[in-house]
Amino acid sequence: MSKKIYGLFAVIIAVATVLSACGPAATPTPAASAGGQVEVFSWWVGPGEADGLAAMVKIFQAQYPSEKFVNAAVAGGAGTNAQAVLATRLAAGDPPDSWQAHAGMATFAYANAKQIQPLDDFYAKNNLNSVFPKSLLGLISINGHPYSVPVNIHRSNVMWYNPKVLQAAGVTIPSGGFASWSDFFAACDKIKAAGKTCLSLGPEGFTAMHLWENVMIGTLGADKWSGLWTTPATTDWNGADVKQGLANYATALSYTNSDASTLSDWQPASKMVADGDAAFNIMGDWAYGYFANPAPNGLALKPHTDFDWTPTPGTQNIFVFLSDSFVLPVGNKNPQGTLDWLTVAASKAGQEAFNPLKGSICARTDCNQSLFSEYSQNAAKDWASNAIVGSLTHEVVSNPAWKTQIDTDLKLFLASAHDAAAQATFQSALAADCKSKGAGACP
Amino acid sequence: MNRRAATNALFYLILIACAIVFLLPIYLMVLTGFKPFNEVDLKTMWSLPTNGLHIENFIAGYQQLAPNLKNSLMMVIPEAVLSSLLGSLNGYLLSKWKFRGSNLLFTLILFGMFIPYQSILIPLVMFMQFIKLYGDLPGLVLVHIIYGIPITTLIFRNYYAGISTEILEAGRIDGASLIGLYRHIMLPLSAPSFAVVIIWQFTQAWNEFLFAVILTNQSHWPVTVALNNLAGSQLVQWNVLMAATLLAALPTLLVYIFLGRFFLRGLMAGALKG
Amino acid sequence: MFRSFRFRPRQLILAAILMLVGLAGLFYFSGTDVRLGTTDLTSLGLLAGGLIFYSGMLVIVAMFESETVLSIALLLPSIVAVAIFVYGFIGWSIRVSLSQWQGLLPDYTWAGLKQYYNLFNNDPRFLIDVRNTAVFTVGFILGCLIIGLGLAILLDQKLKGEALFRGIFLFPMSISFIASGVVWAWLMNPATGDRLTGINMIFHLLHLDFLISLWYTNPQPWGMAFTVIPAVWQLSGFTMALYLGGIRSISDDLREAARVDGATEFEIYRYIILPMLQPVTLSAVIILGHMSLKIFDLIVALGKQDIRLDVPGIYMWDTTFKADNYAQGAAIGVLMLVSVAILVVPYLVQNMRTETEI
Repeated sequence: MSKKIYGLFAVIIAVATVLSACGPAATPTPAASAGGQVEVFSWWVGPGEADGLAAMVKIFQAQYPSEKFVNAAVAGGAGTNAQAVLATRLAAGDPPDSWQAHAGMATFAYANAKQIQPLDDFYAKNNLNSVFPKSLLGLISINGHPYSVPVNIHRSNVMWYNPKVLQAAGVTIPSGGFASWSDFFAACDKIKAAGKTCLSLGPEGFTAMHLWENVMIGTLGADKWSGLWTTPATTDWNGADVKQGLANYATALSYTNSDASTLSDWQPASKMVADGDAAFNIMGDWAYGYFANPAPNGLALKPHTDFDWTPTPGTQNIFVFLSDSFVLPVGNKNPQGTLDWLTVAASKAGQEAFNPLKGSICARTDCNQSLFSEYSQNAAKDWASNAIVGSLTHEVVSNPAWKTQIDTDLKLFLASAHDAAAQATFQSALAADCKSKGAGACP
Repeated sequence: MNRRAATNALFYLILIACAIVFLLPIYLMVLTGFKPFNEVDLKTMWSLPTNGLHIENFIAGYQQLAPNLKNSLMMVIPEAVLSSLLGSLNGYLLSKWKFRGSNLLFTLILFGMFIPYQSILIPLVMFMQFIKLYGDLPGLVLVHIIYGIPITTLIFRNYYAGISTEILEAGRIDGASLIGLYRHIMLPLSAPSFAVVIIWQFTQAWNEFLFAVILTNQSHWPVTVALNNLAGSQLVQWNVLMAATLLAALPTLLVYIFLGRFFLRGLMAGALKG
Repeated sequence: MFRSFRFRPRQLILAAILMLVGLAGLFYFSGTDVRLGTTDLTSLGLLAGGLIFYSGMLVIVAMFESETVLSIALLLPSIVAVAIFVYGFIGWSIRVSLSQWQGLLPDYTWAGLKQYYNLFNNDPRFLIDVRNTAVFTVGFILGCLIIGLGLAILLDQKLKGEALFRGIFLFPMSISFIASGVVWAWLMNPATGDRLTGINMIFHLLHLDFLISLWYTNPQPWGMAFTVIPAVWQLSGFTMALYLGGIRSISDDLREAARVDGATEFEIYRYIILPMLQPVTLSAVIILGHMSLKIFDLIVALGKQDIRLDVPGIYMWDTTFKADNYAQGAAIGVLMLVSVAILVVPYLVQNMRTETEI
């Protein structure tokens, strides 16, 4: 019998070896000298984003043939693995040569732990101070020292809708979008009467917080939203504005689909709009690619007829942004390689190669707009003219600890009855979070 | 006799009903794997793909997994073989050569099975760096073997406990040493529990993700990491993901099909009788 | 112990050579990058060096001619590995849980039991976790044992096609927890009306509408009980194999004797086979228990981080890697271990006692 086992094992090994040999050649092990490797860590592995990264890498390899780009991308999906891998490596003193971080407070956490270096010389050498918008530079700098190189800009406050559903329910969107959440709720009542879900929502992973930040910004306005996150906070977490925002959030939840918490991710929620089961969906502008791209990466829908978009209620002249950026670590193996990579990531050519594929707009203001989709061109105009505020969901305005605490309290609220008592509990928890996790004094 | 036929029919009915329930999720995975991207939808979950079967999902999935398939095999095969050898040696010593405290030792080893891996990642990486086994496959193999010690030892110890000591006594009279007894008497008897342990360790290591992604560097990632990377940060192609999941499960499935009989035989022979 | 030490110069020389070669290998490989083509040999070389050194040690140990010493020496690698990788790391976790480490920089400043106090006194999330783990563990173990035993008894009837059924029931074990969570989330979709889908749709088509369920979105703790379904689906086949192995190892003579005495088939199972399967049940409980208390991927994929379905594994992951609160994360990990200890140690001690008596 044991002979049989070994025989079978031999067969299995042989079959498996043949299988693996037939496939494309295994990822080549980097060249013998470790110095030439640039290991870059990101979570860009999906359709579009991985292609964008590959396009940028191609430019990098052409410009710096002696460097070898090592793509250490780990998906952020189930369990947010990417952060854990990076956190473990940093805690163990083995930083990659560069890594992706959300511009803003997420980057500052690394700076405060002395794990990344300021980029003043790099910015001066590449004239970056003049090509990035001033408002963005402020959000990525500590005391005037920039700490990361932003590659792209995404917009969070976009409301996607199905024009046919709106028409059937007799709802029209005022030009420029709904002025307030109460206007939006009035429209929702009509859609509900027509037998459709008004606002489709995904699971708690990040979509619930994404909706929350947009309701809050739509209720508070740009200045008061930003005031929640300043040191010290200039907007009162215990105040009437926040209270109204939470009440609006509870009302918005009452118009959402009952199976929200069980959907796979944001896509099925957006698909409800595409299918005409729901009228609206609030999701960042990466949803554009999902709606408009041809198969196999998208639903191949026609803009303005099959789907359309408007700013989320109450945010007509506000651009809620998030941005991916790369950093210069302390104590990595190939510092020159890092600078070379950052040079490409910051360059016009690099950003023009990356962003059309990713579906985002350039962080630089001088990109050639004809390379971009109609949506992105509009977004670029808004980026130049609107009031810019940072997203919480994507760690622009708060440090990761604070955001995670808010997320827990938000989820506890979602698990509650959403009534006035639960809103009050939620609000006092938020105020307590500002004191315990926020950067400074909270009124 | 008629009654026997009736009960048998009833048994078959229950078994078939159970089999359908067990296969339902697999059917859904296969179905999704054959659909084009724009037909992947909750509402039409059960409808058949239009325009024929979309084999390209499987091809796309395979192309993504192939570079890492070799890493997985190079990791899993030595892991399963070495960890079963080590477990068998431990089981032999702890069941047949008891010394003062050997039961306590076994209990302490067994307790290691319950450690939550997520909470020890940081010291693990630091220690693997310290012994310079970080980043490569041998280090990952070592970690899998070590965290496999509790369960492999448990299985072999229970199995050997069921083998009568008389055979060993006879061997001893013939002058065999501790190692000689193991090599010439115990090892030849151990095939059934080797099947159990190899299958168990193979499945565990093949499907393991956390250690794999953290302890190896990018060129040594096994297939689970590639599978995980099929799900993008913002867009997920569920059809390709399901196709790839099925492909990644194939080697384990092959092991079950070919070794399943031995697995069961091993269990029957008392590998897990406690 | 040292009664029968026999000095053998030749073997001593061999041992010395082995140990020296091993040490030299260790130093060599840890100092320089050795490559064969594109393959890095460092880690392989280190492992081989360590093994050679260890075999040198074994040669010396063999000179003692004491089997106890030899068997301890042979167990030594496992003992050392478990001491470091299990107990060393647990010690590290305990130390971190008593510190103030928040943020990316390690900070071992002593903070006492603050983290534990906070978890139990002002942390609604942790209380949810404790309840959910209890529900999940009980449901998962009971589900696997009952279904596994039922299937094993059915398959024990010597029906044709047994191998096929066995294969079908074992198959789900080869699917990763993440994929299984995703697929079961689709199957257990609770939407109603014209968005009806998943298993609910099947119930509807079979005119079994009364079975249509909210699944895991039911009010707690019943919702949590439904998350057990995918886990049971994956491991009840394995439990079946355990039981089937146990049943088959009971000799037919015993059953035959009972039949002669006039026992019905049911009575044979009830009074002869089930009692004899008790050790199998204990093994199964240990193996299933260690999975259920650490459950992570499955719930992440199924529950999409819905806090109503939160478990300690997810909470620990969030606090450690999302919130950079290493002290609290470590405290949750330690508490998970303690809860295991409470469940398992009595069994282990009992096991030890009975064996010592024999």
